[in-house]
Amino acid sequence: MCDTCGCNITHGNESLIRPGGKLEKTESGREAVSVLHNLLHENDHTAKHNRDHFDQHNVLAINLMSSPGAGKTALLEATIQQLGAGLRMAVIEGDLETENDAERIRKHGVEAIQIATGSACHLDAHMIHQALHNLDLSKFDVVFIENVGNLVCPASFDLGQHLNVTLLSVPEGDDKPAKYPVMFRTADLVLISKSDLLPVLDDFKPESAKRYLRDIASTAPVAELSAKNNAGMDFWLDWISQQIDSRKQYLEQHPVQTGHAHDHEHDHGHHHHQAHHTHHHQHDEDAV
Amino acid sequence: MHELAICQSLMNQVESIAQERNAASVTSIVIGMGPLSGVEVQLLKNAYPIASAGTIAEHAELVVEQLPIRVKCNSCGTESDASPNKLVCAQCGDWRTTLVSGDELMLMSVELEKAEQATAETLH
Repeated sequence: MCDTCGCNITHGNESLIRPGGKLEKTESGREAVSVLHNLLHENDHTAKHNRDHFDQHNVLAINLMSSPGAGKTALLEATIQQLGAGLRMAVIEGDLETENDAERIRKHGVEAIQIATGSACHLDAHMIHQALHNLDLSKFDVVFIENVGNLVCPASFDLGQHLNVTLLSVPEGDDKPAKYPVMFRTADLVLISKSDLLPVLDDFKPESAKRYLRDIASTAPVAELSAKNNAGMDFWLDWISQQIDSRKQYLEQHPVQTGHAHDHEHDHGHHHHQAHHTHHHQHDEDAV
Repeated sequence: MHELAICQSLMNQVESIAQERNAASVTSIVIGMGPLSGVEVQLLKNAYPIASAGTIAEHAELVVEQLPIRVKCNSCGTESDASPNKLVCAQCGDWRTTLVSGDELMLMSVELEKAEQATAETLH
């Protein structure tokens, strides 16, 4: 949705702005201003800017989300171990506190940037933008953003990623998609992690998890994997390389305009203020 | 608790609209929200006094219009009501549907007190 072409007027809200609707009437001396802006307008604006950065360098950005302890970092470690130097990757880590996860990644020789969110329960586009200033994107094919472990808040914030991968670990139970529909609706791929525990925790039925996911109209593929015994890792690794290829193909057909898809006045790598930008929005981006 | 962050973003938007229009104050703010926006109405309302304190909208009423979840079936084309974790077609039961409404999180309108009016009122 954007804020300029009217596509944010939906069946649900159009009655409010029709003549005589609730938003029409106003007392004398007052002025009612119809706005219809997404409340996360500022965040979405910066997210698009981040996406443009990634696209200019042909980098695929994947946002990993799950509850805390579902195995996001372990998955990344296993991914690095399997692919070695075969995949030029970097990781942006989000946690409330500590550099622990970034250090785990760095031990494998992969560049990692830790964002400590303090008390914030999610990453937002501005934090990613800051992190990108410390990352030379020309060195990478893929950047993984490991979001704060949380099945609620991260779903609401676009970071500029191209794809969302949501992990559902076996100990959490198979009905998580029904309990957290907002999160699971955003997923482009759902990974049932810690699948090595399935024989023990046999009340987790992968087919039930999939059914709950279809109930929320998600078409995302579902795959089981274990970062511990590497079962199912091939599917994940293939999926990553397919997605990198398809993003590259997409960008060949839809090249990013040089000097940014929008004008802005800072030379890269430095502080700048949201309000200074005059952006030309594209409505057709991100058809992946 | 991302409701506070969202509320702060709302206040930024409202303040810049009020400034553009040279308003004396903001009397009401109407936002439209669907259950799939990921935002809790009550938490947003709780965050509002904190976010609006000291702003031009400090005394504005926050009106939340809750919007329904509607899906359109990709196979039979029927549009129907749905619930957050059951977004299937009410007609044929197919899960392949497209969300028509229900994930909105939008500033719909603001009502402003014009600067002239405020001046006139203080003269009385």
